Amino acid sequence: MSTSRTRLAASTAAALAAALVLSSCGGSKSDDGSAAAADSCVDTSGDTIKLGFLNSTSGAMAISEQTVRDSLLLAAKEINADGGILGKQIEPVEEDGASDPAVFAEKIGKLLTSDCVAAVFGGWTSASRKAMLPVVEGSNGLLFYPVQYEGLEASENIYYTGATTNQQIIPAMDFLASKGVKTLFLAGSDYVFPRTANKIIKQYAAELGIEIVGEEYVPLDSDDWSTQVAKIVKAKPDFVFNTINGSSNVGFIKAYYEQGLGPDTSPIISVSIAEEEAPAMGKDVTGQFAAWNYFQSVETPANEAFIEAFQAEYGADRPTSDPMEAAYTSLYLYKNIVEKAESFDVDDVNAASDGVSFDAPEGTVTIDGENHHIAKTGLIGRINAENQFDVVWSSEGPIEPDPFLEGYDWWDPSAE
Amino acid sequence: MESFTTPLLTGTSTGAILLIAALGLALTFGQMGVINMAHGEFLMAGAYTTYLTQQVVSSADVSVLLAIPVAFLVAGLLGLALEAGIIRWMYHRPLDTLLVTVGVGMVLQQLAKDLFGAQGDPVREPGWLQGNLTVLGYHWPYTRMFTIVLAVVALGGLAALLKRTRFGRQIRATVQNRDLAETMGISTRRVDRITFFVGSGLAGVGGVAVALASGTNPTLGTSYIIPAFLVVVAGGLGQLRGTVLAAWLVGVVTAFLTDWFSGSTAQVITFALVVVFLQVRPQGLFTVRTRGLA
Amino acid sequence: MSAARRTPLATALRGWGGLLGIALLALALLVVAPAVLSDFRLGNLGKYCCWAIAAVGIGLAWGRGGMLVMGQGVFFGIGGYAMAMHLKLEAAGPGNVPDFMQLYGDGTMPGWWEPFRSGAFTLVAIVVLPALVALVLGYAILKRRVRGAYFAILNQALAVTFATLLVATIKQTGGFNGLNSFPTFFGYNLYDPVNKQMIYSIAAGLLIACLLVVWHLGRSRFGELLVATRDAEERVRFLGHDPANIKLVAFVAAAVMASIGGAMFAPIAGIISPSDVNAAASILLIAGVALGGRASLLGPALGAIAVGYGQSALSESFPNHWSYFQGALFIVVILLIPAGLASLPPRLWAALPRRGRTRKAATA
Repeated sequence: MSTSRTRLAASTAAALAAALVLSSCGGSKSDDGSAAAADSCVDTSGDTIKLGFLNSTSGAMAISEQTVRDSLLLAAKEINADGGILGKQIEPVEEDGASDPAVFAEKIGKLLTSDCVAAVFGGWTSASRKAMLPVVEGSNGLLFYPVQYEGLEASENIYYTGATTNQQIIPAMDFLASKGVKTLFLAGSDYVFPRTANKIIKQYAAELGIEIVGEEYVPLDSDDWSTQVAKIVKAKPDFVFNTINGSSNVGFIKAYYEQGLGPDTSPIISVSIAEEEAPAMGKDVTGQFAAWNYFQSVETPANEAFIEAFQAEYGADRPTSDPMEAAYTSLYLYKNIVEKAESFDVDDVNAASDGVSFDAPEGTVTIDGENHHIAKTGLIGRINAENQFDVVWSSEGPIEPDPFLEGYDWWDPSAE
Repeated sequence: MESFTTPLLTGTSTGAILLIAALGLALTFGQMGVINMAHGEFLMAGAYTTYLTQQVVSSADVSVLLAIPVAFLVAGLLGLALEAGIIRWMYHRPLDTLLVTVGVGMVLQQLAKDLFGAQGDPVREPGWLQGNLTVLGYHWPYTRMFTIVLAVVALGGLAALLKRTRFGRQIRATVQNRDLAETMGISTRRVDRITFFVGSGLAGVGGVAVALASGTNPTLGTSYIIPAFLVVVAGGLGQLRGTVLAAWLVGVVTAFLTDWFSGSTAQVITFALVVVFLQVRPQGLFTVRTRGLA
Repeated sequence: MSAARRTPLATALRGWGGLLGIALLALALLVVAPAVLSDFRLGNLGKYCCWAIAAVGIGLAWGRGGMLVMGQGVFFGIGGYAMAMHLKLEAAGPGNVPDFMQLYGDGTMPGWWEPFRSGAFTLVAIVVLPALVALVLGYAILKRRVRGAYFAILNQALAVTFATLLVATIKQTGGFNGLNSFPTFFGYNLYDPVNKQMIYSIAAGLLIACLLVVWHLGRSRFGELLVATRDAEERVRFLGHDPANIKLVAFVAAAVMASIGGAMFAPIAGIISPSDVNAAASILLIAGVALGGRASLLGPALGAIAVGYGQSALSESFPNHWSYFQGALFIVVILLIPAGLASLPPRLWAALPRRGRTRKAATA
């Protein structure tokens, strides 16, 4: 091959590439910096209103998120049977987040800008919410997020119907203090929620005079907890605070019992084991504790109706749990806000949301228009032989949401 | 003292599971040169076999023991099907075999998700494995000691097969010189098939150990496959004693690092150590004296 | 790798036909697509283009060089995180710290983030950083004359380790959540559809540029040596060349391309997280290359776009079955059409005289 031809080709390539990049940059120099939110394309003229349901129906999170999808569909069906929202029937547009944050970002963009839904309901992991946040803010859409999370967030475009930390973590600590706990061991997945939760726990523990005798993290997908549990055995804590995610709990619970621990020696209080997870642990977890805002055993008329409707729709063997209830509640809350605002427009919805309430299965919940969270009652349940939770402690009435913990003077976000 | 015994003993148990997973690979990869990325899914199949056996035979005392031969058979048959259906056409394309088996692994994982759900199912340990033995301050669970017994039995069985039986001699002859072995009247096709059956079956036995240690779940194979391969490579191809030593070292080193730092950091450092070790000594712990494996 | 399939296709590659193909693709991506696709679909296509850029590099290293690079997620991640760090710092403003560091850490920024405040440094790092890493790794591995399989497995192990490391360093890299929320891209508002289209065009343009580079390499002496090394490494050695050096160049080039793909992926997808760079993501990149045709010029790029599109489309209609499709794709393509879809037209063309399959012992 002749060198001249090679060189020619090389320079052609370089020139072409440069031209392409330059031309594409130069062609679109426009309003940088200004917030140019796209105009809403939501169609409110017909008899129906489109709502997006975005949950993972494939991948590792599918098993959990499918339950949320089920309760959303149930709520939609009930609302439609009751005349819809502002007289319009809900038309669900379902999408799969595939347990992948990038897919959540992609699909919520599709739902808001291509399907033109009025609001999106879904997300589970913090990663999925963080990935959706810029998209929903950028297109001035609405997202209802139904899972307890690590707090420290408040977006104009997101409503958080699960607990923030002062409605789950802090009540759990209050409960431990009321039990006279002196030493606490922290076990969590190497993930944002456990890390943030433990940061809060450590600072509050110092305030309460509880000593933290160990803090261990294991990768999200790891099943091997034997080394860490050996440290618990050695530390002999009064309680173990468990912030482990998902199936990693199975390995933890197994190692915990195998090395001779139990509810009599160092009981566990969990924030991610609910009615669905308890029977899947492979060990009898009777006597262990969990902190939530809803248990299937909660006795309210709304809960009775919810359980009956849910089991009629999906089978009598299906338990109901906190995130499912929060998702069910989120759709009704949306209906109540829209009907107060008499508009589906995002700005109208935000203007009307403060103080809107709903008689949810967990009890009456009310939206805080400032931070878009809802007031919820903190509950501590103890697992019984039927893998249900007996409520052993509850906060005095609903706790006002405080995602940034501004009302807690022991909290110092910049401390370790 | 217990800060030393705890990681040592937990690491030995972890190393034992890794060893059973790696033994099968040592056979299929080390002896045959086939890279089967679905090996981890055979492990998963063994774990689910343990779970299913427990559904059928409700007494956990019996079912786990029964699960060992059944899991061997199930995983072995899966391996046999893979060899007969796909791998036999690809002996001259090792890298492509690797990719095809990645695809097989994906299909098996999704199949397990569809059959058993993504959540994973618990496996009860038999009554005679409940409890623990206190060794210098560490409560060593009997289930974890059992994995070591299982590994020793699997290792002994495999070594006996390779060294003492006629079939073992045939495998070694085929590995050393395929054409000459064929001239001697050995059916190398048959040897390939049975070797693959045994290698895959061993993964099934590893699955029983995994199920006892941490229950089942459709993706459990993915966390073992890469470490198991590294163990086989670091041990030295075709060298069982190398595989044993490497598996134990990886298990124990990871346990100590987990004890000192955190689980994630331990994983990263262990991987780095293995890679660096392979740089220094690419032939592994023990040198091989066969051709074409450098 | 057997020396079999290298007939009409490779010959065609050497001529100007390849350039025509690139021109057609450029036309489709830069002119037709922006005109007919909605903003949302165009954004998706932009993501596929980023994967395609990485795939072009894999085509070079694997298809031409015989190195099964199963850990390209690492380099995709280096580029992606470098860009994302710059965008986070841009969003934070001068002297400020990215939001997540205040949330998860104590609000102090590690020193190695500081240089990424500079856009120029970031752009240089996106090219130089993966090149350096690939050089060190490749030199260490390839000089050892490591077998193909070791190389692949070590690469995969690297991707696993890299993702684990990212997950474990929440305070420095955002952990499992990764980095997201980029309001601007070098001063351009990323919520503005016009600017989104601009970023898409840059990604598509870079893809075309990478294709031109590979087209050029394929015609050069280096390209011939690379293919020769793949097919008969010993002979190349006897001819006085060091095969390790030849492979190293291809490995480094592939790493840089993956990094460029990652760097564009972050602003287009709006996020980069460990799940975009781990072992599974690396394998997905390989899938596209295998489908399109590993040794062809346009095959890897078109294959990656097809796999990306397939994942979006199939997950919309059959959410639970994408894994089956992906698994079946590997099995069917590699087993039956190892040279990918790109090999079908020439093979059909020359279908009449069928060549017997040679079955020889493994010598890869």
